Amino acid sequence: MRLSRLAIAAVAACAVVAPAHADLVFPMLSYRTGPYAPNGIPFADGQNDYLTLINERDGGIGGERIRVVECETAYNTDKGVECYESVKAEGALTIQPLSTGITYQVIPKATADGIPVHSMGYGRTSAANGRVFPWVFNFPGTYWDAASIIVKHILEEEGGSLEGKKIALVYHNSAYGKEPIRTLEELAKKHGYELMLLPVDHPGQEQKATWLQVRKEQPDYVLHWGWGVQNQVGVQEAANIRYPMDHFIGVWWAATEQDVLPAGKGAHGYKAIAFHGVGKDYPIYDELQQYVYDAGLAAGAGDNPGTVLYNRGMVASMWAVEAARKAQEIHGVTNITAEMMRDGYEALEVDEERLTELGLPGFTVPVKVTCANHGGPGLGAIQQWDAESQSWSIITDYMEADREVVDALIAEDSAAYAQENNITPRECPEG
Amino acid sequence: MLYREAGDFKTSYQADLATFPIRAERLAFWALMAFAFLVMPFFVNDYWEQAILLPFIVYALAALGLNILTGYCGQVSLGTGAFMAVGAYAAYKLMTSFPGLDMISITLLSGLITAGVGLIFGLPSLRIKGFYLAVATLAAQFFLIWMFNKWGWFYNYSATGQISAPTRTLFGMNITGPRTEPWFTYLFALSFLTVFCWVARNLVRGRLGRSWMAIRDMDIAADIIGVNPMMAKLTAFAVSSFYIGMAGALYFTIWKGAAEGTEAFGILISFFVLFMIIIGGLGSILGSLIGAAFFALLPVFFKNVLVEGFGWPTDIAQHTQTTLIGVLIIFFLIVEPHGIAALWRTAKEKLRLWPFPY
Repeated sequence: MRLSRLAIAAVAACAVVAPAHADLVFPMLSYRTGPYAPNGIPFADGQNDYLTLINERDGGIGGERIRVVECETAYNTDKGVECYESVKAEGALTIQPLSTGITYQVIPKATADGIPVHSMGYGRTSAANGRVFPWVFNFPGTYWDAASIIVKHILEEEGGSLEGKKIALVYHNSAYGKEPIRTLEELAKKHGYELMLLPVDHPGQEQKATWLQVRKEQPDYVLHWGWGVQNQVGVQEAANIRYPMDHFIGVWWAATEQDVLPAGKGAHGYKAIAFHGVGKDYPIYDELQQYVYDAGLAAGAGDNPGTVLYNRGMVASMWAVEAARKAQEIHGVTNITAEMMRDGYEALEVDEERLTELGLPGFTVPVKVTCANHGGPGLGAIQQWDAESQSWSIITDYMEADREVVDALIAEDSAAYAQENNITPRECPEG
Repeated sequence: MLYREAGDFKTSYQADLATFPIRAERLAFWALMAFAFLVMPFFVNDYWEQAILLPFIVYALAALGLNILTGYCGQVSLGTGAFMAVGAYAAYKLMTSFPGLDMISITLLSGLITAGVGLIFGLPSLRIKGFYLAVATLAAQFFLIWMFNKWGWFYNYSATGQISAPTRTLFGMNITGPRTEPWFTYLFALSFLTVFCWVARNLVRGRLGRSWMAIRDMDIAADIIGVNPMMAKLTAFAVSSFYIGMAGALYFTIWKGAAEGTEAFGILISFFVLFMIIIGGLGSILGSLIGAAFFALLPVFFKNVLVEGFGWPTDIAQHTQTTLIGVLIIFFLIVEPHGIAALWRTAKEKLRLWPFPY
């Protein structure tokens, strides 16, 4: 009886859901709560503020206003699926799951429902193969690119040979953390280093045993594939055992201010890979100040602009907006559908010139998506933390991943996926 | 008030022992069943299927399983998440090893495999009880999840340790994979829940159920009057794990389509299901269903009301929702420590005697 009453209440609640508008619906699967909130909040703020800027300054994209539908996932797959279904019902143009676990869950569903997924630098690496994954985009780089670029950097540091070296991977024991293992194993074969795997279970607050192992085995380099509180603890523990910080290199998700600040001076010299700039030293911030912050429209508490993840959220929205623009251009209509949006993503080209126009000169790597390559250029630079000035600075040029190794792995993994799911890879013009 | 029982006589023992002895309730039950099976399928969309109905059905089945063990037999278990994982991984291995097998058999076989595993982890219950047994089942939780994460064979050596359900058909329609019809998966899962609610109801009022309850109430006394404690405890573990295994299999194949052992079946799920039966009512089938509804549906309900209804920011809505659920748990535990099912039972007594309840 109670159940049926609840059901009626639920019906009433769902009936409240707003009817579809003629706006461009940009959903945001964010996490402002839970153990990963310190990372989720700045990202969501950046993502939101950029879209607000487009609405306020330009009146939307091609005259169509953007409607942001935010949904809280708490980095939890159950909630993520609920969010996916709820934003789908709102007419979502694109899905940015912001969690590798949710991305895996959403890939088959979104492919069946015809909604493009942009997992920017996370998610399933082999989705870079647009022939097998027409609906999934993971430019500007994948985890395998990141792993390969980091190894390349180490190779440079070591003068070209890793023979007999030992590299440890401290990773989040989940789909996300396990992604780079395959590449690192392949590269170990190629370069002759020894790979040591050190999983850390969710949420990663307890890492004493892991770092005891690092202390005992003395690996020459430690790679850091963490997220949320795990990053802070990892950096702190590394500082505690006086591990040389410039030999400790994080992926782009383990490279924010709040990851290194708690360790204070101990974190000095910590390195990480990056695909975009940090700080507020870009013309777009003047416009954000004028149209968003001063107008009181900033998302969240408004204290994140300029941080690593805020800028990353912004770049994610920037690419989505550019893709929508491209879609409008291709199809000649302003009120695009999710299918058109996919075409927009696939024809996306944001070079340095366009970035300058957008007020983001030198902000990120130039991206050119093609039918076969959804993984983008796969470029990354190494940034280093300076504990004195409390800032990140990029210390290398943007480097290319070891395409030979990474592409072979992508081809192999996507072929396995295609076979498992009876997908016939589509033809692409560039061959 | 609701009940008008004049003329509702029982003329046989069978009628007196019926699950719904009152005619009005019996009719309401059949009306509800007719609604669930004949009307709902026409209205379910993807959102209702994925966010409301399937979570409820899966958790109801798991709660039912745990209630058999904890509520009826008195053996506390914190291994529910791991047993669900056994069901999910069994379903995955069966689906990938025997592509010809249909989903009904796969779900049942996954349940049977889990029953076997549950039997093994039930052995300590013969020597220890109470909190100590809870700790022993906790070991099952950590060991099994670690094992599924450690050995590649369980996830077919996939790069990330994720398992994903391949597409399978039933009666010519997709039942797993992304291209399923929401009403079909809903009916499939609902049929399992209905059949196994009926089985559970008849188990617990039969000889086996009575022996479980005897053990729960006082094991020494039960032993003296001739109940075999070993048989009672082990059958409770096996039957309970069977249910939980099926819930795990449905979770993975029908609902999610992909899962990752450490995230999907962690210790939190064990607590979650345990809270369901405590809030719903220990030793009550209706309680398992109410508890599952409480934990699976209320968060979604609050989310929809607060975010879509009132337009609150998502983070504030999320915090409020967590708080509200906590407050409701405390409220129900104070009002009725035996669970919402007991609250309903009392209310029903009063309603039947209305207007002169005592």
